[in-house]
This record gives sequence, C-alpha cells and structure tokens, in this order.
Amino acid sequence: MMANMKTMFDLNQIDSQGGSVNVATNGQPIAAKNAIEVRDLNFFYGSFQGLKNINLDIEEGKVTAFIGPSGCGKSTLLRTLNRMYDLYPGQRAEGEINFYGQNILESGQDLNLLRSRIGMVFQKPTPFPMSIYENIAFGVRLYENLSRSEMDERVEWALNKAALWNESKDKLNQSGLSLSGGQQQRLCIARGVAVKPSVILLDEPTSALDPISTGKIEELINELKHEYTIAIVTHNMQQAARVSDYTAYMYLGSLIEYGKTDEIFIKPQRKETEDYITGRFG
Amino acid sequence: MPDKHLSSQFDADLNSLSSRLLEMGGLVESQISTAMRAFTQMDLETCNVVIQNEKLVNDLEIQIDLACTEVIARRQPTARDLRLVMAVSKAITNLERAGDEAERVAKRTKRLIESGAPHNINVAEIRLSGQMAISLLRRSLDAFARLDTIAAAAVVEEDRQIDEEFRAFVRKLISYMMEDPHTITTGLDMLTIAKAIERIGDHAKNIAEFVIYIAKGADVRHIPHEDLVREANK
Repeated sequence: MMANMKTMFDLNQIDSQGGSVNVATNGQPIAAKNAIEVRDLNFFYGSFQGLKNINLDIEEGKVTAFIGPSGCGKSTLLRTLNRMYDLYPGQRAEGEINFYGQNILESGQDLNLLRSRIGMVFQKPTPFPMSIYENIAFGVRLYENLSRSEMDERVEWALNKAALWNESKDKLNQSGLSLSGGQQQRLCIARGVAVKPSVILLDEPTSALDPISTGKIEELINELKHEYTIAIVTHNMQQAARVSDYTAYMYLGSLIEYGKTDEIFIKPQRKETEDYITGRFG
Repeated sequence: MPDKHLSSQFDADLNSLSSRLLEMGGLVESQISTAMRAFTQMDLETCNVVIQNEKLVNDLEIQIDLACTEVIARRQPTARDLRLVMAVSKAITNLERAGDEAERVAKRTKRLIESGAPHNINVAEIRLSGQMAISLLRRSLDAFARLDTIAAAAVVEEDRQIDEEFRAFVRKLISYMMEDPHTITTGLDMLTIAKAIERIGDHAKNIAEFVIYIAKGADVRHIPHEDLVREANK
C-alpha cells in the first residue's frame, strides 16, 4: 500500500530534494528549504475574489502564522493549501501551490492522499463519535495496512506526539467525545499526525480553548515543528508572536507583509501591519 | 503618536508614560542647573537643595518603571508601542543617572566650599560644558516629545563637543597640578565635577538615540555617526 502510494504521489521522495531561496517581503533572503511555495494565487467564491495574487513561501520545519482581521482571507489561504475548498461547489483557485515542487492545483491530484500529506486541524475540536483509539486508527487504515500490534504502536506514538498519551492511555476505548475541549483538540492533532503528514495546517486551533489548554497546544506546536512544517491561522496576535517563526499579515484578500515574526512584531515595514498589530486598526 | 488605538485607555497609558518621562526630565534638568549654579556661586545652601531633591528623581524613576511594567503586563505592546515602552524604561534610567551626576556635582562643590582651600584653577570649561549639557538634555527631551529624529541626531553630534571640553579641562588640570601640588586635592574634586558633566552629556545622547529607535525602529547605539544620521533621515 505504501509503495503504491509513493508511485501515485511521489511526495516522500520529493521531501529530500533541495529547496529554493525564500525571500521575505522585507527583502532579507532566507536560505532555506520550502515545503510550500504559493505563486500568483487567486481564489474565488463564485464571483467574489477571496484571495488576490498571493505569493508566499512556507519554510520546512518552521511555524508560519497568518494574521489579519476577519474576512481577510487567512483561513481561505490555509484551506487552499490542501484543497479543502474542493468540497464546496463554486469555489476555485488559480495560480500555483507547489508542494515540494508539485503543483497541487493541477487536475488529477489524489486529494485524499494530498490531505494525508498536508493535514488540517480546525477551530472547533472535531473528534469522530468513536473511541479515542479508533479516532486515530480510522485515518491510518485509509492509507496503510497495519497489523494490530503495529496499529497499537501507531496510536500510542500519535497520542504521545500530541502530548495526550498519559491522559488517555487508560481509557482508549472511551468515546473521543468524553474528553475535555483541550484534550479533544489534541486528539484531533494526534489524528492528523498519525498518518505522518509533512505539513500540518491549524485553523484557529485554540480559539475555543481555555488558557491552560491553549498553552498545551502551543507547547505542542513548538514540539511538532521539529518534525513537521506548520501553518497556523490565529486571531490571537500574541499567539502568533509566541509560536511562529514567520508571520504573514493579510488584509482584504491580499498579503500585505510577510517576514520573520520578530521583525513583524518589533519593526514591521508596512504601516498597515503596524496599525493592525498595535491595535490601531479601525 | 498621531492615530489612536481601539482602546483609548491604551492611548492614555502610553501618553502618560511619555509625559511622565518629560516631567522627570524637567526635574533632572532643573537639578543640573541648580547644581551648576551652586558650583559657579560656590553656594552651600544651593548644594543642599540639589542633594535633598535627588530623592524626588529616584522616586519618579521607580514610579515610571512600574507604569512601564504595567503596560507590558496589561497590553502586550508591539511594534512602535513596544519600542516606546522599552525606550521610556531605558531613558528614565539615563535620567536617574544624570540626576545622580547633578548630586555628585553638588556634593563635590559642597566639599570644595567646606575645605576652604583657595585655588587658582580656571574652571571656564566646566561652566561652559555645564551649560552645554543642560541644553543637550533639554533638546534630547524635546526631540523625544516630538519624536524628531533629526534633532536627536544633532544632540548625538553635539555630545562630542562636551567630550572635547572635558579633555581640554583635564589637560589644563594636569598642568595646574604639576606646577603646584597643593592644588591636587581641589583638582581631583574639580575633575570629578567635570567628569559628572561629561557623563550628563552621554546620558542626553543616549536618550536622543532612543528617539531614533522609537521612531525608526533602528538601534543606533554603538554605530558610526554617519550611519546614525542615515537612520535618522530615513
């Protein structure tokens, strides 16, 4: 199954290829490998244009945060990165999104496979109405044929990655819905991690959580970035400042400024960015 | 800051930081002027005024530092707001130290008066650099109030003149002390006073550098003067 998967969508091999030079909008060249390169991306909800000519590189093994006011297109951009929008008729994207060199917007992509390589976690925790164990095993079974013991190992591994193992190891057969909100969100992250993606997209993953659960998820993001590339949409600017290496500020469907998080939060280049992050946006 | 935050209280908090820094600056400026008057007139009573008022400067430093901490805790300022809070916190440290130097001038002057030792040392450079230091501090505070980076760069440039006056005075003092060893005790007090004034100029210069940091986001400490001017003009 795995071998077959590679020939269909040769991403594991692409992983080891060299990347191009990433250039942030502040002009500083950043020699690094990019997991995703967005080129001239336009996105339409029917006749409404939600994204306007986006160009952006997402560096491998780093956390990239998208910030901006409601309706600026940050969630839309995130949803294009694994073609989640394909589920809705009338929505279409133009341009290129190169995932390790392969344009995922081209027709003929295996979307299920793409989404196993670029996983997504949503704002509201969405555990399946099944046991904690099955929540994780379900997705894995779609892509891999594992023995019982291998699956046990995979579930434990994923729960460990999501820092949920210690809290859930004695109740793996209980419903995923029996967990607290923060635990449910970590279960969703474990579910995403279990299929071993290379990119994890987080769409406001902590907006429904209390500060302690938020802190745990942020700590988890920091752990996960050593092995995964992470893109996160957040309304909480301080969260972007805390967890991300790069920050993109979007407004009205356009990418206004993109650069290293430290620079964006101390000395942004654009006045629009400064007004927004200092709370002068009105 | 021309435009306003969504939170008017945040605006009020930041404005309050700036205005209290200027208030502290005014007090320190007055301490230096008074100390220089005490020195020029060799007046014991004026020395005591400076020494007593030093506590007020220290109190203001603590109050403003606390206000900075509160803004950080409550508002998590970013970008130019963050730079402003950081710069205010550092600028008040410089002001407090400039206040310490004024007190040092007063204490040494008091010692000179109380020793009663006659001397024939010409202190023209000290008087001149004292006036320059007061002017420099005032102009650095003006630049801060208006976030005027050009004026700030001029303050940094002018601090060099105070340094030159100090060196000139030291050269002269050495000749005095070599010619007449009896002037050494007095000479050392004079040297301390001259050094205190030179330090006040340095503190004014530091505050001017913070103005460029707030307005332009560039850290211009310890860089060549031409680079500083370039940043100020950006």
